[in-house]
Amino acid sequence: MTGGVTRAEYCVVACAEAWRGDGEILAAPMGAVPRIGARLAKLTFAPELMLTDGEAMIVGGDPELGDPEVVEGWLPYRAHLALVTGGRRHVMMGASQLDRHGNQNISCIGDWKRPGRQLLGVRGAPVNTLNNPTSYWVPRHSRRVFVERVDMVCGVGHDRAAAAGPAATRFHDLRCVVTDLAVLDFATPDRTLRVRSLHPRVTAEAVREATGFPLEIADDVPSTREPTPAELRLIREVIDPERAREREVPS
Amino acid sequence: MTDKTMTAEQAVGRIHSGMTVGIGGWGSRRKPMALVRALLRSEVTDLTVVSFGGPDVGLLTAAGKVRKLVTAFATLDSIPLEPHFRAARERGDIELTELDESMMMWGLTAAVHRLPFLPARAGLGSDVMTVNPGLRTVTSPYEDGEELVAVPALRLDVALVHLNRADARGNGQYLGPDPYFDDLFCEAAAEAYVSCERVVATAEFADAGGPQTLLVKRHAVTGVVETPQGAHFTSCVPDYGRDEAFQSAYAKAAADPTAWREFTRRFLSGDEERYRAAVAAFGREGA
Repeated sequence: MTGGVTRAEYCVVACAEAWRGDGEILAAPMGAVPRIGARLAKLTFAPELMLTDGEAMIVGGDPELGDPEVVEGWLPYRAHLALVTGGRRHVMMGASQLDRHGNQNISCIGDWKRPGRQLLGVRGAPVNTLNNPTSYWVPRHSRRVFVERVDMVCGVGHDRAAAAGPAATRFHDLRCVVTDLAVLDFATPDRTLRVRSLHPRVTAEAVREATGFPLEIADDVPSTREPTPAELRLIREVIDPERAREREVPS
Repeated sequence: MTDKTMTAEQAVGRIHSGMTVGIGGWGSRRKPMALVRALLRSEVTDLTVVSFGGPDVGLLTAAGKVRKLVTAFATLDSIPLEPHFRAARERGDIELTELDESMMMWGLTAAVHRLPFLPARAGLGSDVMTVNPGLRTVTSPYEDGEELVAVPALRLDVALVHLNRADARGNGQYLGPDPYFDDLFCEAAAEAYVSCERVVATAEFADAGGPQTLLVKRHAVTGVVETPQGAHFTSCVPDYGRDEAFQSAYAKAAADPTAWREFTRRFLSGDEERYRAAVAAFGREGA
């Protein structure tokens, strides 16, 4: 069965793994693949996770057990922000630009005063990165995203947090970066990005080629793990029968 | 008891050029669009707008009403980027105070509590500190000695919010899933104007929802405006959801100057009654 695993499905499993061991916290996925991944984690190895409906409701629904719409809690924006600053949340954000230290930009491209391209704005990236565990999802690993220097630091990376002092580093916790090619983390002496695992059928060379800065990839770098048959069934039949994952990461 | 009901024109008539106006809702959700449309028809300009930005920001920006915007984003939710906001930024048309979402909340909260600032961790290390050189830090006087951002109070001259129900005295009730920050906007402002889907007798509130739905209190409200479909095309759950077809047409028109002139002529050149008629006609075309 695993022979037919798509790249998107490896990404789903890699995203799910980001929340392993997190316990009773809110998983806050942004993007289709992370959303599917968080649901997968909750339905398998991380049942304690809390998930929202994308709006103000915490939905405890387990489709295996019945109604997926069951509301177990209420989380309007101001409560959500309190949950962020309390740290009981692990967010997986997108990134229009990301540098080797983990600085992320979603605000604008070019000079901030008059950007060449206005994007989302800073949103909650500063509060997220200083207060609760943060991971990133990059559906298209490319030199446009992985840059030497981001144009506007929204999510705070290790170097900038350190420079800002102990109040900035106290709860700063960057976990991993999942892309369509690999899983990366910051487990290096200077806490810059390295490849933790390559998705099956992806070469180290392809990842280096798609990254705008030198990247550490060990010769014996492992492969991103295979989904189990049970996980594949959940992804394909229960969580994402509409195949939103394949639209975000086309095969 | 004072009857605070008035027309959208009367409410907007209290806004003068150069004022700081806070607008409730979030993104493309429960925005006081009828009041914004009335503001579009006024002579007012040179505004500082404080908003969790959506099409309110887009429309006011496109009409040249905004000198400065204080926000963390401008989005249409189902369409990630607000097209007019994006164009205005790329043309360098507006000043921007770009704050983190939680800094917006703390700034409004500080204003409500009449404090000069509230400390927050958010912002440290990010370019929010760089692009807002006026932001300062404050050192905790306690043992921890932490150096935090002193998020300045966001005091407002006027707040505009839209709720599901209100009474003539200025009490406002929301019936959707999220209060957003509408109560903070009202209490942070010298004057607040609440538009609502329906003005009801005070005694009717209890039939619609529990006491926690009574979000806005009359002491903070100067005027009440009954504007059915007053949040259109943003959502006003449970009265109605977002008009996605219309929003999509808005975004498409915003991308092209000729199409935008036509959109303005068709939808934004008359009063609210004409707007509703034009929207109904748009709906009948079957999109």
